[in-house]
Amino acid sequence: MGVEQTKTLGNGFVTTSLDKLVNWSRAKSLWPMTFGLACCAIEMMAAGAARFDLDRMGVLFRASPRQADVIIIAGTVTKKMLPVIKTVYEQMPEPKYVIAMGACASSGGVFDTYSVVQGIDEELPVDVYVPGCPPRPEGLLYGLMKLQEKIMKERNSFGAAIGVGEVVNEA
Amino acid sequence: MATETMTINMGPQHPSTHGVLQLVLELDGEVVVKATPHIGFLHRGTEKLSEHRTYHQVIPLTDRLDYLAPMSNNLGYVLAVEKLLGITDKIPERANNIRVIMAELTRIKSHLVWLATHALDIGAMTVFLYCFREREEITDIYEKVSGARMTTNYFRVGGLCDDLPEGLDAEIRAFAESMPGHLETYEGLLTGNKIWQKRTMDVGVISGEDAVDIGLTGAALRASGVDWDLRRDASYCNYDEFDFEVPVRTEGDTFARYKVRLDEMRQASRIILQALDKLKPGPILADCPQVCLPPKKDVVNTIEGLIHHFKIITEGFTPEEGEVYVGIEAPKGELGYYLVSDGSTHPYRMKVRPPSFVNLQALPQMVEGALLADVIATIGTLDIVLGEIDR
Amino acid sequence: MSKQVVEKLKAEFGALVLAEAEHRGETTVTVERTEIVKICTFLRDACGYNLLSDLCGVDYLGRTPRFEVVYNMYSISAKTRLRVKVLVEEADASVDTVSGVWSTANWHERECWDLMGISFNNHPDLRRILMPADWQGHPLRKDYPVQGPDREPYQGRLS
Repeated sequence: MGVEQTKTLGNGFVTTSLDKLVNWSRAKSLWPMTFGLACCAIEMMAAGAARFDLDRMGVLFRASPRQADVIIIAGTVTKKMLPVIKTVYEQMPEPKYVIAMGACASSGGVFDTYSVVQGIDEELPVDVYVPGCPPRPEGLLYGLMKLQEKIMKERNSFGAAIGVGEVVNEA
Repeated sequence: MATETMTINMGPQHPSTHGVLQLVLELDGEVVVKATPHIGFLHRGTEKLSEHRTYHQVIPLTDRLDYLAPMSNNLGYVLAVEKLLGITDKIPERANNIRVIMAELTRIKSHLVWLATHALDIGAMTVFLYCFREREEITDIYEKVSGARMTTNYFRVGGLCDDLPEGLDAEIRAFAESMPGHLETYEGLLTGNKIWQKRTMDVGVISGEDAVDIGLTGAALRASGVDWDLRRDASYCNYDEFDFEVPVRTEGDTFARYKVRLDEMRQASRIILQALDKLKPGPILADCPQVCLPPKKDVVNTIEGLIHHFKIITEGFTPEEGEVYVGIEAPKGELGYYLVSDGSTHPYRMKVRPPSFVNLQALPQMVEGALLADVIATIGTLDIVLGEIDR
Repeated sequence: MSKQVVEKLKAEFGALVLAEAEHRGETTVTVERTEIVKICTFLRDACGYNLLSDLCGVDYLGRTPRFEVVYNMYSISAKTRLRVKVLVEEADASVDTVSGVWSTANWHERECWDLMGISFNNHPDLRRILMPADWQGHPLRKDYPVQGPDREPYQGRLS
């Protein structure tokens, strides 16, 4: 019925190995942007501190969206803050990923009120949801590892990088 | 030569603003002419939501106000409800002692995060890692006592949720005894450091009268020469039975506030050790069956226990009509709860007086005429947390 | 101690003091709305209440007057608290600002305007502080739905 297949470089041995190389380099050095909004931000800082070191996973917190791969929305998203989040998200270069950390970012959390957006997935495409209020730092680490698995399963990443077709995400 | 000022925007997404704070700065070169804070990016409607919850169900909401010092928010709210009910003198001694221990641990925890982020903003990254290492020990204690690392929800109206587990008082004692040693480490890294002194001395100065007029409370007020501490002056729990000093300095600059908070941490360790010595076995909930949940064995074995448990969980208790205002000495200043009751199971109005909200008001006058880098130091020294500013 | 303050207040202002109450050890004085600045200046200068802890509005929907503005103050030297209230009608929901007496009232009054809709005369900068600048309505009023006006109200039982 004419479902268009996205153009890819193909599934040969060389192309899939190049895809794996690109995926590996993206997954093992995810640079998040610090978007700590509320209480989850403190657990994110604790995850980056001495006991649950995030640096050993290649994660380096960048303050500028232009240098970041993934945005971790940690905390409650309010309607006043939403345009700011969208501006910052649009400034991030492709490929970019979104992790919704905590109950408030996933679905509004405890705060079912007039000023809270009920989940950041109303506006941004979320890749990984990390539940908890706040999630333990190990929970955030697990969420990052799940994101790494998701990136490793992408196809045609090398092709997309050189301009041939798009990245194909298996469900 | 005609000059004009430049208006720049700092935040709401900024690594050094301690949360979602927007500062619109008017600069003449590097010198700040005017600073206007814009808040409200984390307004979650806690006060409105508390009008639709029973008194017990509001306690987890208060955890998330000042999320760096969750037990002290709980304490303020629970004290306000107990005053509204009129059961303040029925709280058992063990519950009061444990409340004091937890409140002082929370003070140390909050000041550790303050020191970590303040030093990180000014450039000392090692202090951040050391302070978070100590903070992890406190979160371990929190987790053993309440189940959660941060949003503990540990206090209840009438006492505590649960008693201390076995062996925890030895752990708390070991921590409180090790704290002065850690403080010496931080002082060794920062106090004599020429860079730290140049960045913090004579930065963000505010006088005592201006501080009282603008409503500044907490360590910032004490560093400007005003000797005021609610634990000593308007005592709550059983703070009047403890022996502690209130550090006061007169310079009113960032360095003075830094020294005052370090001394507060030392005094907090002293109070914890005294409270641990006073700890005796006993009940942890007041003897008010209408308000406090009965112990589980009464719930399953006696009919009164079952009925009370059912009514308290499904409906909640009803205080008399009236209003109270309770202010406690939270780590950041005076945390006040103004509760109005109309005789129903829900609070009619809960107003939280957040210390950071009022402390932030002092920022524009503290940074006028200062350099842009001093703005960062001043935000850090005011010790603001946006969760409680915006509620 | 608070009793003496109330006596001093009555001696100075007489008919402007409308009511006084004492509950759980706290003293509350209700005063005339139009003279609040004079009364607060007297309390600050003559009675020593130099720290305004809190200023908030309360909405008593269904009662006239509908609103109350509550001033919780503290005296650092005498270590006592006092609560002063003024009654505000819905039709003319405005009070004189006390930010000339205590500068800390500035942001508290902005928040009261933002969330309750009580405006303050002669306020240096009365605009919304917690809600976005173009928000319609005053959320903390009792007739404002907790989930916001643009959502279906929750049908189940919350508590």
